Amino acid sequence: MSWWTVLALCASAYALKVIGLVVGERLDRETSERWSLEIVVVPVLAALIVVQAFSTGQRFVFDARTPALLVAAVLVWRRAPFVVIALAAAATAALLRLVA
Amino acid sequence: MPSIMADDPILRNAVSIGVATAVYAVSFGVLSVGAGFSVAQTCVMSLVCFTGASQLTFVSVIGAGGGVAGALPPAALLAGRNALYALSLKGVLSGTVRTRALRAQFVVDETTAMAHAQSTVAATRRAFDLTALCLFTAWNIGTLVGAVAGRGLGNPRDYGLDAVFPAVFLALLAPQLRGPDAMRAAIAGVLIALALVPIAPAGVPIIASAVGAVPVLVAAGRRRSRIAPAQAPEAGR
Repeated sequence: MSWWTVLALCASAYALKVIGLVVGERLDRETSERWSLEIVVVPVLAALIVVQAFSTGQRFVFDARTPALLVAAVLVWRRAPFVVIALAAAATAALLRLVA
Repeated sequence: MPSIMADDPILRNAVSIGVATAVYAVSFGVLSVGAGFSVAQTCVMSLVCFTGASQLTFVSVIGAGGGVAGALPPAALLAGRNALYALSLKGVLSGTVRTRALRAQFVVDETTAMAHAQSTVAATRRAFDLTALCLFTAWNIGTLVGAVAGRGLGNPRDYGLDAVFPAVFLALLAPQLRGPDAMRAAIAGVLIALALVPIAPAGVPIIASAVGAVPVLVAAGRRRSRIAPAQAPEAGR
């Protein structure tokens, strides 16, 4: 495999990170005190959760990840420690797959 | 070590994220070598590219015979959300040009979610840096192990690790859902993503979900300019 392939991926990935940073600083200077751009991350993380939990490629899939996320949601609501939430989600999905 | 970690939730959370990520890194290493990349190329990708979903997609498409032209667009779309994350992290990524350029490399799902889940600026910066350190170490060691050892290490799905990431991001998003504005933005983001999953290429639903924050941003902007048209107050966290 050509090193150019690797370079193309690395360059595009880093460029995207830097673009966000530069645009953020520009916007911040112009609109500075008016808008809080931090809120942008809230819908993106919410979308990331549902996409990771309920889809595979372009299809909706409800498999062992669904009950695992439900278990996690209950634990988040009960303010369980982070590690407990992560382990409980993994254990739920792993056990369901073992049984299935 | 356990006693230090017991008193330090940020460190503990960063380490847990690192452990789950390491297992995924192993599967990336296996896939990448299987797709025809050398061990060195695989490790350079993890060191320099450092954005998991993108790398996995890239080597999978190339492994399936898609070529660079087929693999680069989906990989870039998946990495596109890092641009949005960097946009939201401007206060965290402050410092000299060199430090900002270095920190930019670590702007990914996990570091952003951990940073925004904190309530003070100092904790936010520390969470970003510690998560970056744990994640970078785990991702690269895992990649090397996978690339060298190859198959036979099992599928991360068997250990339920694919379910860990949504659970972890939910735990990190929950403290940010204070107030109706954040709640509205989150619901809008979810609806946009769900509507786009069946029709748009991978990566697009997540990037497009950022639009869910627009009504909230516009409303907040209007509210502030109404209160103090001349000099708006500092935006609170």
